[in-house]
Amino acid sequence: MADWIDACAADDIDEEDVIRFDHGGRTFAIYRSPEDAYYCTDGLCTHEQVHLADGLVMDHVIECPKHNGQFDYRTGEAKRAPVCVNLATYPVRVEGGRVMVQV
Amino acid sequence: MTHRDYSLLGPDARRAVESGLAAAEWYHTDIPRKEMKALMQRADQPAIRDTVILYGCMIAFAGIGIALWPSWWSVPFWLAYGVLYGSASDSRWHECGHGTAFRTPWMNTVVYHIASFMIIRNPVTWRWSHARHHTDTIIVGRDPEIAVMRPPALLRLGLAFFGILDTWNGLGRMLLNASGRLHPEEATYIPESEASKVVLVARVWVAIYAATLTLALAMQSILPLMVIGLPRMCGAWHHVMTGLLQHGGLADNVIDHRLNSRTVYMNPISRFIYWNMNYHIEHHMFPMVPYHRLPDLHARIKDDLPAPSPSIAAAYAEMIPVLIRQLRNEDVFLTRALPEGARPYRADLHALPAE
Ligand code: FES
Repeated sequence: MADWIDACAADDIDEEDVIRFDHGGRTFAIYRSPEDAYYCTDGLCTHEQVHLADGLVMDHVIECPKHNGQFDYRTGEAKRAPVCVNLATYPVRVEGGRVMVQV
Repeated sequence: MTHRDYSLLGPDARRAVESGLAAAEWYHTDIPRKEMKALMQRADQPAIRDTVILYGCMIAFAGIGIALWPSWWSVPFWLAYGVLYGSASDSRWHECGHGTAFRTPWMNTVVYHIASFMIIRNPVTWRWSHARHHTDTIIVGRDPEIAVMRPPALLRLGLAFFGILDTWNGLGRMLLNASGRLHPEEATYIPESEASKVVLVARVWVAIYAATLTLALAMQSILPLMVIGLPRMCGAWHHVMTGLLQHGGLADNVIDHRLNSRTVYMNPISRFIYWNMNYHIEHHMFPMVPYHRLPDLHARIKDDLPAPSPSIAAAYAEMIPVLIRQLRNEDVFLTRALPEGARPYRADLHALPAE
């Protein structure tokens, strides 16, 4: 079982936005949805190696900054070409104003 | 002098991968996340307005053209219809292909498919080719959308204004795809899982063209082809005129869009037809910014970019002499000075162009 890692303060992420989180030589993206829920996925797009944290969150979709591929960040599902491969997702919980991710 | 091989399967393609030019990290002007987020925001309203104007004008011009047919008085209306059919479709294909024109995904999809049909670009194939154009912009052997190759094929470029080769190639590719096959180059950038979609679209298009031709034969008139098909040629000139300026005469094999792309100030009609793609450095640097925010993005980052060409004519006056010199020496290209205070051109992976 992977450890729970303290990633950031809940307030570090704006509503309907994403930030990058690097840990253990890997990179992740942590999202805050419009209804204030938090999610975590791999940080790099599955099309090419581009950081999703530079992209745009719209509702429950993250759009990649390079070719506008889209994923549902809650499930990792690839939603729009040129992305075809789903994104890995990781459990998240918020405790005492901190965002914890299990990666 | 280096000889360039533009094939996606040739030695330059291999060299680009080996040297790290393929899928490299490109230069971006620094913009704080908050500002960038605001610039990337999507909206339906500007594109709905523009689409209503576009399709409304197309219906009106074609309607008047049909009403006046076969009088010569119909000619100006066919020419106007042709530009919207054969050139505005290029920018709609482009912007809706990025998915940035409308906020609502189905609106992008509908306009994308209509525009793809008019410009005769398979909507599946060209989504992938355009993705590669953004990954490897003007990297020889990697970018499938290099319009002005070196040395420039001036006759081919001239014919492009009438859409002749484009239409011929587009229809040929459509027939190939409709027979169930992909071109070997297409197979380098289209995933196997998408191939069946390419074929399906090609077959639907063949059916539409067959119906149009049948109607023309039945009517003993080219009128149906004046509405579908022919305007792709007579209206191509505007998208070729603006498109050649995007990268023509500038650097290749670099990883800084300020070196290989051109921003040109244009009149409002051309900007409507071209959907603001005259802000071309800005678009390549930040493809997430929708067309209607590109003027704002330009205002925000112009101090970090070479000065835009002040008009279409000025851009051609700058580009044509370079293309003529490239006929003798294909290593010649234009480097524009950066304003004071701009970050210097990014030079890793390629030699800095001569000042
Ligand atoms: S790198 Fe993400 S869509 Fe291409």
